[in-house]
Amino acid sequence: MIVAEQKPIEEIIQEIQDDHSVLILGCNECVTVCEAGGKKEVAVLASALRMHFMQQGDQKQIEEKTLERQCDSEYLEELRAQVDRYDSVLSLACGAGVQFTAEKYPSTAIYPGVNTKFIGVTEEQGYWTERCQACGQCILAKTGGICPVSRCAKRLLNGPCGGSTQGKCEINPELDCAWQLIIDRLSSLDKLDDYEELVPIKDWSPDRAGGPRKVVREDVTS
Amino acid sequence: MRLGYSPDIKLIRVPCTGKVDLIHILHAMEKGADGVYLVGCLEGDCHFLHGNLRAKKRVQKAQEILNSIGLEGERVQMYNLSSGEGPKFVQYAREMEERIRELGPNPIKKGLSSAA
Repeated sequence: MIVAEQKPIEEIIQEIQDDHSVLILGCNECVTVCEAGGKKEVAVLASALRMHFMQQGDQKQIEEKTLERQCDSEYLEELRAQVDRYDSVLSLACGAGVQFTAEKYPSTAIYPGVNTKFIGVTEEQGYWTERCQACGQCILAKTGGICPVSRCAKRLLNGPCGGSTQGKCEINPELDCAWQLIIDRLSSLDKLDDYEELVPIKDWSPDRAGGPRKVVREDVTS
Repeated sequence: MRLGYSPDIKLIRVPCTGKVDLIHILHAMEKGADGVYLVGCLEGDCHFLHGNLRAKKRVQKAQEILNSIGLEGERVQMYNLSSGEGPKFVQYAREMEERIRELGPNPIKKGLSSAA
């Protein structure tokens, strides 16, 4: 899932302070799971913002809504009938959701309420870690299912580097060396021969280096 | 025991302090409560194992949010006692009342009346 973190409330206050009516818009997908922008977080943020402005005598209208997804047109259409009632929409979706909402409603200001961090996993409640950088050319088959692009600080494809000490990365003693994990896993799978193969220079054009990306599936397009 | 505490304190009974969510605390403050405090079982003695520890974290989060929006975080507190400690219940009630009287009414009410 996409992992996000709510922006500091002071920054959110700055974003909406000149507007009279604001809709806090949550998303039921990734940001709900990572507890940054689901229905519950929308309610907490809306309440905190109302209290902030109320104590200043500013009776700003702050309302709440959570869509199933903000990255799909059909769910964003649910806003059509009411969006004109607001000066702005504060979206708690990831960067994709914020932008798609802005594209659909060009005459309404759309602000982000979260910082989108990474594609990751829930290791335990309240603890999320990165697993994928969407490089566009997956090499997990050769690396024992552990990604050096997202988990090695240097994104080395033929690691480890000299900074790997006792299985930890030199940038942070708490961070596992991705290449140590890869070697350990290949070893336990009896596939250390895969490690002996030099990985050729990676083609980064399917990554962001090739500009904004798109996927088109002719078999499912309407 | 006939121990007395302020009639301004409204008691809300819940099965466990772990049932109290962050939004309940914030909504109480938003509706004009001058303060909110949770009284849970002693740490380590929760019938539901972690309820009071969860409540403690939610109280801390509520304090953090209130501080960040310019309200005094001390208006929200967490206390712990065992069900046999009536005098302590009263002591906490008096302590909370004293704290709130020092802080004064919820500033939201003042803001709203000046806007009206």
